[in-house]
Amino acid sequence: MEFVTPPPPPIRRLELEDVKAAQQVAPPAQNGNGNGSAAASPGGFTGARRSIGAPQFSIRRMEIDDVSVSYSDREAVKSVSLPVRQGEVLAMIGPSGCGKTTLLRSLNRLTELTSTATLRGRILLDDVDITQIEPTLLRRRVTMVFQQPNPFPMSVFDNIAYVLREQGSRRQRKKTLEPKVHSALDRAGLFEEVKDNLDHPALKLSGGQQQRLCIARALAAEPEVLLLDEPCSALDPQSTQVIEDLIVKLRDDVAVVIVTHNLQQAYRIADHVAFMYLGELVEYNSATALFGSPREQRTQEYVSGAFG
Amino acid sequence: MGAPVATPPAAPPPGGSPTKPGKAAVEGSATWRLTDRIGLAICWALGLLFCAIAVAIAVYLFLQGIKYLRPSMLVTPASAGFTQSESGGFSDALFGTLIVAVMGIAIALPIGIGIAVWLVEYGRPAGLARVTESTIEAIAGIPSIVLALFGTVIFSSTALGFLSRSSDGVVFGRSFFAASVMLSLVALPLVVASTREGLNSIPRHVREASYAVGKTKAATTRRILIPASRPQIATGAMLGLGRIIGDTAIIVVLLGATQNFAPVEGAAFPFNYLRGAGTTLTNFVYEASPTGNLNQPEKAYAAAFVLLLMVLALNAAVDVVHRRARKVGAWSS
Repeated sequence: MEFVTPPPPPIRRLELEDVKAAQQVAPPAQNGNGNGSAAASPGGFTGARRSIGAPQFSIRRMEIDDVSVSYSDREAVKSVSLPVRQGEVLAMIGPSGCGKTTLLRSLNRLTELTSTATLRGRILLDDVDITQIEPTLLRRRVTMVFQQPNPFPMSVFDNIAYVLREQGSRRQRKKTLEPKVHSALDRAGLFEEVKDNLDHPALKLSGGQQQRLCIARALAAEPEVLLLDEPCSALDPQSTQVIEDLIVKLRDDVAVVIVTHNLQQAYRIADHVAFMYLGELVEYNSATALFGSPREQRTQEYVSGAFG
Repeated sequence: MGAPVATPPAAPPPGGSPTKPGKAAVEGSATWRLTDRIGLAICWALGLLFCAIAVAIAVYLFLQGIKYLRPSMLVTPASAGFTQSESGGFSDALFGTLIVAVMGIAIALPIGIGIAVWLVEYGRPAGLARVTESTIEAIAGIPSIVLALFGTVIFSSTALGFLSRSSDGVVFGRSFFAASVMLSLVALPLVVASTREGLNSIPRHVREASYAVGKTKAATTRRILIPASRPQIATGAMLGLGRIIGDTAIIVVLLGATQNFAPVEGAAFPFNYLRGAGTTLTNFVYEASPTGNLNQPEKAYAAAFVLLLMVLALNAAVDVVHRRARKVGAWSS
């Protein structure tokens, strides 16, 4: 079967029979790590990796320790263990419904908002079990950006100020908040674009700007970990690139965890990649290794576009 | 007003056959089966009929109102007199309408928003939430005359004597307070329904975005959810106001349906009026119509015209609120 030998196009759909064929044929071809050039670039991931360089440092901030999450009786995440490090971008990839978003949401206890969800195992933030931390405090330390840009229906300024103010109060003066608001917008690379329109409604910004505002909002809480749930899936390629650059820039200040459907994106920005499938963590490895020479058969098939 | 929803069953378009290239993109009703076309024609005719009725009411009252309404009527209270020129205007009724409208909605709005927030954002215990939901629907269905009768029982109790005229332990039970409280029940279901609609239209991830930066549920509700549903809340308030302004039964039974304000002697300023009986425009129209005690139809037309203007103004306000909400933008869900 000659479909294994030439470097296939980036995203490829194989017919069901071909998948079976791949499973039968692939093992001898891909077993062992350095097994020829075909295995080294399974999904056409050659040269696409942006010159982000190796991480300068990496500090372990969060520890996912044998975590399982179930909704009623359906287990969405099955005993996953992962480290989350500052100085690195961790990407979680996998087909829809594989539990990556659920795992991400359990990192700041957002899963607890779903009444049917139950979590087993431990998640540590700086060696403290997150269930020991008050949820609102935890969620200021581990903030999250969502798939859909969701600025609050108020001005650009107030979107950030809302985060800085005490619970719902309005007491703090605009003047005292201004420097912090500006710096949050600046870190998200948005300040130059909106500095003259800080009192415009945030929902009138473009989609990419809205998403960067959401990132600025998440950064305004001065978090230690930033969770991103497919932050670019609703955006155009140009905005996506701006946000990807931003994410890479942020990795030294906060530990970044990004869930993405987009394998190219994971390849471009991630230092480590976790591949999940049907709730299980199939493979966790550095991005180069996972895309270049995956250890697991399922990873190999997924990154080459055989399913997902 | 219900505009016709579809194009009329027009004659087949010129060159109706779909042979012309680029013309067949829109399906014309001329190609439909006969039964479908008859159905469409009936719908169309009913829509037109409805418009015609509404326009007829508006035009008729408009003409009558302009003919009979004198500016002086808006500032002179009704008085006893043998001729129409001696019997004054309806300023007391106009103020009465304004008072019950303001007080009624001031009660209904916070309670309605509170109930809606609880139902949508908390909704637990689920059983209680279901019961509350059906209770509100039940209140919406109760005729206001029944609410009014129930109100007399409540407000005639000695414990609530301070809300109306009372002497020697006998409580009159009819006052602006009593009427406003029961009228707020008329507006409440509308406020609850539209506030719920507003809250439900906010995507889940917006709430979560607020929780995800460490905000509590209360802070999220107060600073994000209620401001975001402001257009719908305003709509509910306007619709509720319309119902309050238009209600007659509660006014007749619980406001005393006098011709003028009947302030309680010896009470401090606003309370002497609010504890006393009074009248509203709807009641004035009823009394001034040929069936009522006053029997001066010209003034009934004039008052009805003012009432109609108020309701139309509320409808226009709903439109403005919606248009402004569209300007702020919305989330993609």
